[in-house]
Amino acid sequence: MSAILSMDRYSLFRLLREGLGGHTGWKPAWRTPDPKPEYDVVIVGGGGHGLAAAYYLAREHGVGRVAVLEKGWLGGGNTGRNTQIVRSNYLYPESAAFYELSLKLYEGLSKDLNFNVMLSQRGIVTLAHSRHDLDSVARWANAMIVNGIDAEVLTRQQVRDLIPAMNWGPDARYPVLGGFIQRRAGMARHDAVAWGYARAADARGVDIIQNCEVTGFLRDGGRVVGVETSRGTIRAGRVGLAVAGHSGVLAAMAGFRLPIVSYALQAMVSEPIKPVLDTVVLSPSTGVYVSQSPKGEVVVGGALDLFPSYAQRGSFRTTEDVIAGFCEMFPGLRRLRMMRQWAGITDVVHDSSPIIGPAPVEGLYLNCGWGTGGFKAIPAGGFTFAHLLATGTPHPLTTGFGLDRFHTGRMIDEAAAAGIAH
Amino acid sequence: MMQIPCPWCGPRDEAEFLCGGQTHIARPNLESSDQEWGRYLFERDNPKGLHFERWLHRMGCQQWFNLARDTVTHEIKAVYRMTDPKPEVTE
Ligand SMILES: Cc1cc2nc3c(=O)[nH]c(=O)nc-3n(C[C@H](O)[C@H](O)[C@H](O)COP(=O)(O)OP(=O)(O)OC[C@H]3O[C@@H](n4cnc5c(N)ncnc54)[C@H](O)[C@@H]3O)c2cc1C
Ligand SMILES: [Zn+2]
Repeated sequence: MSAILSMDRYSLFRLLREGLGGHTGWKPAWRTPDPKPEYDVVIVGGGGHGLAAAYYLAREHGVGRVAVLEKGWLGGGNTGRNTQIVRSNYLYPESAAFYELSLKLYEGLSKDLNFNVMLSQRGIVTLAHSRHDLDSVARWANAMIVNGIDAEVLTRQQVRDLIPAMNWGPDARYPVLGGFIQRRAGMARHDAVAWGYARAADARGVDIIQNCEVTGFLRDGGRVVGVETSRGTIRAGRVGLAVAGHSGVLAAMAGFRLPIVSYALQAMVSEPIKPVLDTVVLSPSTGVYVSQSPKGEVVVGGALDLFPSYAQRGSFRTTEDVIAGFCEMFPGLRRLRMMRQWAGITDVVHDSSPIIGPAPVEGLYLNCGWGTGGFKAIPAGGFTFAHLLATGTPHPLTTGFGLDRFHTGRMIDEAAAAGIAH
Repeated sequence: MMQIPCPWCGPRDEAEFLCGGQTHIARPNLESSDQEWGRYLFERDNPKGLHFERWLHRMGCQQWFNLARDTVTHEIKAVYRMTDPKPEVTE
């Protein structure tokens, strides 16, 4: 607690005071330390999961000497490239418990971190375009309700009331027959999640080291005892990997393979327009999901480029498909101009569930396999990864998410709830 | 956007093809352990750079073939048939 109190707190009073002082008193939100020769825990990857794990290591487990090593800038990976949707609408009990913890942590995050992550619980509507979709929507909502998570099945008219801007004409190629909503779902500002965790972790003594690329592992016998980096050798009691799309690259450095393939996932935003959409809408049939940012930009995401890729740009062929689906869903927005298009490299696993657990090499621990949906998971992923890194054993919520499931066959197949075809 | 040279039909748009993932994966024998089966089924090289992979010309001749392709630049380094050995390719 004392550490968080010593943090340069943000408040209305503070804003007024700094305003009167001409805004000259603000300090950087985190330090820029040089790497020390040794830490208790080194986390590779300064995305949301790595930063959150560092924060909870310090806060929940009192691990003092922690470093996060990031090869570029904080949130420069998928954490700063995603479409910001948070939800806990999964099918299986393990996932429901895990993602629900994440959503609950999101609900208190701005206060907890003293940083506004702009959580907006505007709901997510999943559309049904056929009789079969209606069945699967009912099954999905029922599975959630059984797991104690909020879900409501919607009729066509209820969807229409929520999203009047969609294609409700008689000639719609994908007519909407109904859907379901998780009202507690919504969006949070992605950069703010990275920055908020970074600032709060730094205040508790975590060294956040940017422009520091891990290039190899230091071994003692079989055990990993540190990392080689572009800024020298750093020894560590335990090493955690939270590098998303680069998990395979780091695993190869350590001499093993993972059940992961890296694919590019793209998204795009339009010029800002007046408010037309105050919820998130996902259409599994067109493979497109749409929301409107607080600035008014329409955010459109869709399918993966379905071949292995480390190119953070996305193929035009997929862009065309996504835009075609979007124009069909929102004919009134056809003439919008897209301002930006980009991609992130996602770590896709066969059962669309994450991997949180020990690596096949001693001293090394994994947080990966988030694929197209790990932004919503950042608080719980960080929380449970911190437990793993502090104790060496998985948190009770993640015992099902280890690597052993790929030979025991106990998959947690969330492909249907992933929202994006894999 | 890639233009993929099908060995039978010539260069065609990426949209006509389906990627079948890593190629040259040998099936283990039936006595293999659960661990070995798990590795065979799910573990992949997933390199950043040169990758050997299989593709199907789905909207064309319907034939499978192999590519050596760079996963960063998407440059295609070699095209060869399903039963050909892995070619020598420089990154
Ligand atoms: C277009 C798009 C849309 C998405 N939409 C959503 C969504 O709406 N909702 C949702 O829940 N999820 C979404 N996701 C998925 C989500 O963004 C990711 O699952 C999540 O951000 C992963 O966080 P991370 O911290 O694991 O990885 P990242 O944020 O990618 O962080 C990993 C970091 O590791 C660093 N790194 C890599 N190699 C090294 C090395 N050798 N040394 C040091 N550092 C290294 C990278 O530079 C990177 O910063 C989306 C993803 C994309 C690409
Ligand atoms: Zn062909």
